[in-house]
Amino acid sequence: MTAFLEVSGLKAFYGQTQALYDVGFALEKGGITTLLGANGAGKTTTLRAICNMVRAEGRISFDGQPIVGRPTESVVRLGVAHVPEGRGTFTTMTVDENLRIAAYTRGRSAKADVQQDLDMVFEYFPRLKERMQQQAGTLSGGEQQMLAVSRALMLRPRLMLLDEPSFGLAPLIVQEIFRILRRINEESKVSMLLVEQNAALALDLADHAYVLETGRVVMAGPSADVKNDENVRKSYLGY
Amino acid sequence: MTTASPADTAAHESVATPVSTSVTSGASDRWAWGLVAVGIIIPLLGYVVPDIVSDYRLFLMSTMMIYAIAVLGLNLLTGFNGQISLGHGAFYGVGAYTAAILMDKVGMPYWTLLPIVAVVCFVIGFLFGLPALRLEGIYLALATFALALAVPQMLKYRWLEDLTGGVQGIVLLKPEPPFGLPLSEDQWLYYYCLIVMVILYWAAANLLRGRSGRAMMAIRDHSMAASTMGIDVARYKTITFGISAAYTGVAGALSASAIAFVAPDSFGFFLSISLLIGLVVGGVASLAGSVIGGIFTVLVQNSSQSLSNFVKSDLGLPFDLSPYSVYGILLIVLMYVMPTGIAGGVAIAWRRLRR
Ligand SMILES: Nc1ncnc2c1ncn2[C@@H]1O[C@H](COP(=O)(O)OP(=O)(O)OP(=O)(O)O)[C@@H](O)[C@H]1O
Ligand SMILES: [Mg+2]
Repeated sequence: MTAFLEVSGLKAFYGQTQALYDVGFALEKGGITTLLGANGAGKTTTLRAICNMVRAEGRISFDGQPIVGRPTESVVRLGVAHVPEGRGTFTTMTVDENLRIAAYTRGRSAKADVQQDLDMVFEYFPRLKERMQQQAGTLSGGEQQMLAVSRALMLRPRLMLLDEPSFGLAPLIVQEIFRILRRINEESKVSMLLVEQNAALALDLADHAYVLETGRVVMAGPSADVKNDENVRKSYLGY
Repeated sequence: MTTASPADTAAHESVATPVSTSVTSGASDRWAWGLVAVGIIIPLLGYVVPDIVSDYRLFLMSTMMIYAIAVLGLNLLTGFNGQISLGHGAFYGVGAYTAAILMDKVGMPYWTLLPIVAVVCFVIGFLFGLPALRLEGIYLALATFALALAVPQMLKYRWLEDLTGGVQGIVLLKPEPPFGLPLSEDQWLYYYCLIVMVILYWAAANLLRGRSGRAMMAIRDHSMAASTMGIDVARYKTITFGISAAYTGVAGALSASAIAFVAPDSFGFFLSISLLIGLVVGGVASLAGSVIGGIFTVLVQNSSQSLSNFVKSDLGLPFDLSPYSVYGILLIVLMYVMPTGIAGGVAIAWRRLRR
């Protein structure tokens, strides 16, 4: 039996420079997997490779289909929602417009569905509802991260790729967002691939963890085991 | 920490980040149609006050509308889609020459030309948009700059001379009023331009209001994030390039009819810069701003000579003000007073007044 998302022998290149040498991991349906690693290890690149935003070689299969080389928008249509590094807010558009863009992939016919999805999003992030007409670029960092996750949810994804959702946010907001991510995983049955610098939080949320070092996977296992590994403790958890 | 993605840097390099992009809503729709009504009435005033609404002034207003269409085209590309062009004068020139050749060599009547010109310029713009996909910010500016320099030279090529008339250009006829309407040539030109502008403005407003418009603006704001939303960025960027070139080309075709003459040197770099300045002064990512930009461009071109005379003889200063320097001075002043363009400045002032 193959996993929901399965990656093996993945290489990726920015022009002539190779950023990934040999990345492989698997993600079970409904599960949460985290990728850890130092700056520049290739975590962001791995997520980009899945969405075909960098030149990649190797094997990536999603729900049984090979997706290497498939155009980004077609990967999105399969149900993969990428919450990019730095949030990717459409700054001059309103929160409302940001959210409705996501319904784009579903065509014109889906007005009622969009409202339903908006309601779901507001349930998770009530704060956004009050700010619907605000220009998205003027939201706080935490609110923009909530918007980024919400926008991805509007795609009705089966898999979410989250690139450092905690980046630059106050600890309380981070905890709030992680709580909501768990709820989304449980209630909306969205599988997640989470890239994080905050290893402690990530290992708590995820069931499996992989550690990347200069474009290679150097350790893998259930989160509980990785958490107890001495090297990981020293390098990423700081005790 | 985080490595800046190419998309991030592109967003920062784009010409100007508009503060907000509310495309015409219900209330401003009523305004727009009101203005159209005024536009229809103006030439009729010529029968009441012929000295004020002279044929010459109507002609000037026609050229304002022509430039407005050209700036509108540039705005679709640069303002709404974030792709800068320093070379839109080239598309204007191609539009003008396509129209001129079809009239002069093929003998087609002027009123059949605009759809053909639009298609020709769309295809050229689309094709230019393909390599432009690989260029962002300043590199795209350079590539389009090269286009602005190349087109006038190409129009002068010896082996194209039979078609283009070389440096001499092509002399044309001014459009005649149809159906024996009792209008002067300039009155009819005015209405012709008004009709075309209203149709194109309306089409652009509809485009921007819909899903495609949202997609265009999302790409401008953050192209990488736009692709994660399932938007085919390459397709939108090239099509937008085509539409933009078509708009500006149609403006060029209108100008060929209006001036009844085309020559290569009218479509040089100065024209491209004029359009870009019209865009910035009127308002980046504002449809109404495009019209203001068109008016501004013509006003400056026409007043720079008298301003130069004024400075020289009335103020007694030993300066020769070229149109360039008038542009420069006005631009600096306007950027200080209204950093979001005249349309943006007016919108802000209006909001303050209402409070
Ligand atoms: N656009 C790019 N062009 C060239 N090289 C790049 C580009 N983006 C990333 N790289 C390189 O690829 C390697 C992996 O980068 P990546 O962004 O995947 O790291 P990361 O693990 O996400 O790091 P961080 O935790 O700092 O975000 C780095 O050496 C980086 O310099
Ligand atoms: Mg990263």
